[in-house]
Amino acid sequence: MSATVIDYSKEISVVEGRPSAALLDGVITQPIDSFPQRNWLIGLAVTGTMLLIGGISLGWLLWKGVGVWGINQPVAWGFDVVNFVFWIGIGHAGTLISAILFLLRQKWRTGIARFAEAMTLFAVLCAVMFVLFHTGRPWIAAVWLLPYPNQHGVWVNFTSPLIWDVFAVSTYFAVSLVFWYIGIIPDFATLRDRAVTKVKKTIFTILSLGWRFSNRHWQHYERAYLIMAGFATPLVLSVHTIVSFDFAVSIIPGWHTTIFPPYFVAGAIFSGFAMVQNVLIVTRKAFHFEHLITLDTIEKMNKIMLLTGSMVGYAYMMEFFIAWYSGNAIERFVFINRAFGPYWWAYWIMFTCNVVSPQLFWSKKIRTSLLASFIIAIFINIGMWFERFVIVVTSLSRDFLPSSWGMFIPTMWDFGLLIGSFGLFFTLVLLFVKALPAISMAEIKAVVPGAQPLHYGDGGFHG
Amino acid sequence: MLNRCIMEMEGSMAKKLYSLTAIFTTPNEIIKAAKAVQEAGYSKYDVHTPYPLHGMDDAMELKETKLGFVTLAAGIMGATGMISFASWVASVDYPQVIGGKPYWSWPAFVPVTYEIAVLMAVLLTVAALIVFFFKFPNVSHPLHDTPYMKKVSADKFGVSIQAEDPKFNEKVVGDLLKNLGGEVSPVYYSEEFLDFKPQLFEPKFILLLAGIAVVSAGGGYATWNKLLYLPPFDWMMEQPKSKPQSHSEFYADGFAMRPPVEGSIARGFIPYPYKGKPDEAAKYLVNPLLPTKEVLALGKKKYLTFCSPCHGNFGSGDSRLQGQFPNPPTLHSDKVRIWSNGSIYHVITDGQNVMPSYQYQITREERWAVVHYIRTLERALNAKESDLQ
Repeated sequence: MSATVIDYSKEISVVEGRPSAALLDGVITQPIDSFPQRNWLIGLAVTGTMLLIGGISLGWLLWKGVGVWGINQPVAWGFDVVNFVFWIGIGHAGTLISAILFLLRQKWRTGIARFAEAMTLFAVLCAVMFVLFHTGRPWIAAVWLLPYPNQHGVWVNFTSPLIWDVFAVSTYFAVSLVFWYIGIIPDFATLRDRAVTKVKKTIFTILSLGWRFSNRHWQHYERAYLIMAGFATPLVLSVHTIVSFDFAVSIIPGWHTTIFPPYFVAGAIFSGFAMVQNVLIVTRKAFHFEHLITLDTIEKMNKIMLLTGSMVGYAYMMEFFIAWYSGNAIERFVFINRAFGPYWWAYWIMFTCNVVSPQLFWSKKIRTSLLASFIIAIFINIGMWFERFVIVVTSLSRDFLPSSWGMFIPTMWDFGLLIGSFGLFFTLVLLFVKALPAISMAEIKAVVPGAQPLHYGDGGFHG
Repeated sequence: MLNRCIMEMEGSMAKKLYSLTAIFTTPNEIIKAAKAVQEAGYSKYDVHTPYPLHGMDDAMELKETKLGFVTLAAGIMGATGMISFASWVASVDYPQVIGGKPYWSWPAFVPVTYEIAVLMAVLLTVAALIVFFFKFPNVSHPLHDTPYMKKVSADKFGVSIQAEDPKFNEKVVGDLLKNLGGEVSPVYYSEEFLDFKPQLFEPKFILLLAGIAVVSAGGGYATWNKLLYLPPFDWMMEQPKSKPQSHSEFYADGFAMRPPVEGSIARGFIPYPYKGKPDEAAKYLVNPLLPTKEVLALGKKKYLTFCSPCHGNFGSGDSRLQGQFPNPPTLHSDKVRIWSNGSIYHVITDGQNVMPSYQYQITREERWAVVHYIRTLERALNAKESDLQ
């Protein structure tokens, strides 16, 4: 019997080997400088088609109105709100990786932070699309969404969770955008100095604002990054909390529960990590980033999915327990109806994908297998989409009065816009990995062995 | 434009020395160099590294950044501003009772206040960072687009001592940097280029601004006042529904308005059971109203409106219609005076001879009031002795 002894006092290196800084630049900018690979073009064609389907669905929606969707009384929130919550949840992983893991000094985040942040932006865009267009005519919705002085003399209702949501989501998008941009400025400067064509040089010069790697600037820059990480951490928790208030503050049975905020936040991180994992595994393979985004990173991502997946599973069971323990007959009925009612299939898809599949990550073999990680991450994404479907649709379809029960049947336009949102997301991801450095060059250079002065050790970025 | 600096340098005309730079290859060397330059007493120098190095702030003896104060101020400003605004809206300018709560239910304002505090703190911190701490955007710095910058943006570490420094001496600085192991090179700049000021009052620029203003105003006007009213955007007043007097393709008779089901009775309407039966009406109908002042006033009003054109203001049959319609007999005849109230009511309701029915113009109560008024008129022209007392 021989047990492997792991020395936990030594930190595992973020990158494999000892690549020189110039080599790192070369690897990371390779997709930007080279002509697109054939696979990338095929991918873009697929996502572009999906985006087109979404565009047509959106055009038809604007032409006819929200009646083209399957929503009606009593299920007035259908795919629009399901997809909104799904996408905003996907976005949470980016901020978690870039802000919370930064504050916790998790150096392995370096390789994945940049595109996780970009994915946050794209996911929030998809989410915003759904909430904007579910108002029917968003250009008129401005009156009740934004508090601006208008000729009607009307103000928004600050006691409504829907208004909190508008504030939370727009703040989240703005802060994520700024956080991402500040992080990418040094890379824009590097790209500017590497650029050979005049067009690229002009674009990167403008985007880099004139960054010149001055240490008098780095000093303020690092502090700004720390401050923003400090703000983004509670912000990311607040955003999904407020999204859960959209449900929890109402009185619909199955929504009116206090477990919603933590349960939603855990679910958001869970689904976001799964989506990052999917994109990560493909990007890593396609652009040969294997030594920058190591297997160790993927394993750590899987561990977080195991943790948050277990939290979500606990929340599912606790919801059932409280429904029974509360003694409230309607609450009990709603939960039994979720699992065994007309939408039982959605519930069990959710339960299998979200609770059962991440438990496979207890095995180190599965945790470190790329194929298994990829497949389980896809299952988690499916499961998390169904979680939102179960929460939104089953509760609305069976509320207090049996006389007002009704079923929700999505139409092809519901599916069209769902496909379109995936098209938008992956098109943006594909363009991003091609046009901008998918890994932060300045950050990864700082964590390569030998990057820091000797007497300060191999310390991390922004120490 | 960016290349101007370097192009003029190559032309070796009208240029001044900006700084002496030295390139180092390892982090240890640059830390040592920074320390040495700082200790030599130079103040206008800078170190350029592709990523922040640990210990560099100590080596350069940089003071703690004051950026945090901007964040604090912006956060407090955002929080107080938002909670004041929400309070003012909810309790002063647009108070509404929501869920039976007080107007100023401050816990409900916590989420928006928090979000705006974070938003303001982050955006203003970044704005201050870029504009005041970095003095960006600035793409015309002398170090820009130099071979030196291209090295430090990739993998080398550089130090640059400016000619402006009071202790600057080209030879001494060059020797110092060379002794530290750096690869020394000078950076020049053109004064004319640095003095470049944007010309705000140039006609072209003003024309551009005017063009933008016209296009955005016109576009905004067209969008909000014209475009949104074009199909397919119907507004609420245009709904695909049938209105009472409109044509309908759906019904065979082409009317959108449907006749009520046979035998329907309107609200408040009681069918008249003595239609064509004057004797029974005279026998069974009793005036339910008392001849009070109000009832008589109502009866007078209705009488003058509906009855007087033919019967005359006092019921004498002196029509105002100038013979266009046959004159009715007087209401003061003995025949009418001995009629029961029910008979007069019946005639108003059902009509008699050429007189049409008035049941659709005068309601039941009003008809009884008119009966009272007619009785009053009769009594007035044939007063009894007792009435005079």
